[in-house]
Amino acid sequence: MANVAIRNIRKSYGKTQVIHGIDLKVEPGEFIVLVGPSGCGKSTLLRMIAGLEEITSGEIQIAGRRVNELEPRERDIAMVFQNYALYPHMTVYNNMAYGLRNRGYKKDVVDQEVRRAAETLQIGDLLDRRPGQLSGGQRQRVAMGRCIVRHPSVFLFDEPLSNLDAKLRVQMRLEIRKLHQSQGVTSVYVTHDQVEAMTLADRLVVMNAGVAEQIGTPLEVYDRPASTFVADFIGSPSMNFLNAQVIEHGKALHLPDGRDVPLPVQGLDPEALENMASVTVGVRPENLKPIEDKGGGWLRLKVLMSETLGADTLVHGTVGDAQVTARLPGAATYAPDSLLAFGSKPEHTLLFDAGTGKRIDASASPAPAATLATGQ
Amino acid sequence: MVERQPWLKGLTHLGLVLGIALTMFPIYIALVASTHDLGTLYSTVPAWFGNQGLQNYALALGQGADAGVGVARMLFNSTVMALGITFGKIAISIVSAFAIVYFRFPFRMMFFWLIFVTLMLPVEVRIVPTFQVVAHLGMLNSYVGLTLPLIASATATFLFRQFFLTVPRELAESARIDGAGPMKFFFTILLPLSRTNLAALFVILFIYGWNQYLWPLLITRDDEMVTVVMGIQRLVNVPDGVVAWNIAMATAILALLPPAVVVIVMQRQFVKGLVEQEK
Repeated sequence: MANVAIRNIRKSYGKTQVIHGIDLKVEPGEFIVLVGPSGCGKSTLLRMIAGLEEITSGEIQIAGRRVNELEPRERDIAMVFQNYALYPHMTVYNNMAYGLRNRGYKKDVVDQEVRRAAETLQIGDLLDRRPGQLSGGQRQRVAMGRCIVRHPSVFLFDEPLSNLDAKLRVQMRLEIRKLHQSQGVTSVYVTHDQVEAMTLADRLVVMNAGVAEQIGTPLEVYDRPASTFVADFIGSPSMNFLNAQVIEHGKALHLPDGRDVPLPVQGLDPEALENMASVTVGVRPENLKPIEDKGGGWLRLKVLMSETLGADTLVHGTVGDAQVTARLPGAATYAPDSLLAFGSKPEHTLLFDAGTGKRIDASASPAPAATLATGQ
Repeated sequence: MVERQPWLKGLTHLGLVLGIALTMFPIYIALVASTHDLGTLYSTVPAWFGNQGLQNYALALGQGADAGVGVARMLFNSTVMALGITFGKIAISIVSAFAIVYFRFPFRMMFFWLIFVTLMLPVEVRIVPTFQVVAHLGMLNSYVGLTLPLIASATATFLFRQFFLTVPRELAESARIDGAGPMKFFFTILLPLSRTNLAALFVILFIYGWNQYLWPLLITRDDEMVTVVMGIQRLVNVPDGVVAWNIAMATAILALLPPAVVVIVMQRQFVKGLVEQEK
């Protein structure tokens, strides 16, 4: 087990900078997931850790050793690629043994390691096959087997499940989790799939345009997203956003449908908002609670249509010009054009700076207000 | 899609049969002529095989028509030349393609285009200066002289380059992580993956080498170094003498056999190499 320290990493291709200074400390045995939309630089960051991509500036340390100048093979890492990158002309056995043989291990050690890994991954009966004769899930296992035979200090995964069908993906996700629990190897995992990210990660790094938007545990990221980008990216269906004008010195909001409501959040000093013209209110679909009393709640949803998923129902509608989705338990249909009243718990209702997209934090609320105040 | 109509099917088959007949007819003539004695051939070529076949072929292989050099020796020379050219071309081009695709070095693309441009300079174009160079190096009348100037190959380099570009980048990266250096990657991964391409190129290049005519004609003067393709010409081109057509035809048939054998033996690999893409 080893820790990985990433210090102010930058990457440029010619004049185009794609990674703009990322800091990350991976604790020994931790499972870190880099998640973000395509082109956000998550794969590039992973490839820099692997040594497949040069580091423009900054430093990467693995187990306390600076690895910037080291070849991939000297970094004590193993990597699973999206397309598995199995050697098509070699048997499964030779695929797994290749790395060990290149490192000069004795034949019986190689054999022992390969068989042990094959047993762990339940591919013992496939050792004589070629990759071309295997199914996607089996190839995936071989690719992982190729990693674990060498007992590296860090596992790197580059979207390993994206070539699998939905059902297999769920299964392999659990297996990766299980593997990590049994082997306890420090892992860095890249994905654009937020479900994978949420379920696998000890900590998530949500990346956007070459910047780490937020680093935190899955629940932190889900419940207290640092910005509208993170809030929008994590969660399905994604968080609802309403642009609202700040009125009454930060004590109330003017919603897109023309209604004025008292501030639906808790613990936020109204003065923090006083100098902001507008904010973005964010609330997750499942946190919108229907209110029977027509006068209650802060949100009026005009129903467009509802989707029954079995366990629960998605109600799509509008609030003024904003699209809003609510997830209600149970199966029910809601007539189009009917008005539904919703409330939400104050701790589930988030406010974001409409300009920067950053969340306005209750505890740190005076700070953005102060900077804005001096800025004006 | 072509529709399956009976008359269309008949027509296409007729076309195929005619085409095959057209190609096979001269070979048939040569075969027939090589089994008769010289006297019969003066008037006309009979329609069916004669009974002189064994003697004719034995004579051709043994001492040759003009009592110079036998076809056996010519076949040996041709084989050495063709194999030399084939292996030389493959070895050089696969290594240059490897360098061009997998290494970043200054002027990489310039070198690629330089190699590519040599496609425009086949042996016939550069034959005089090449002869001069080979002569000054003292390589006339030698196997080295026969093969070396023909070994550089832009075509093969280009084909290998195109193939290497289709090999997923991740394979090279995975090998790097697995601790394989460049040469180890080349020999343990790239070369085995190129197997079908190698087979296809082997066939094409062997026939190319076997059919070389102008170059061997120019640089070999010794009878011992004559190749079989030149040999046919020598048999037919007899100054004030009688052309031994039966022996000439037997030689032609013998000259035709090795490439045919290579094609037949390598056929499956050859077709795979031309058609198959990396799975």
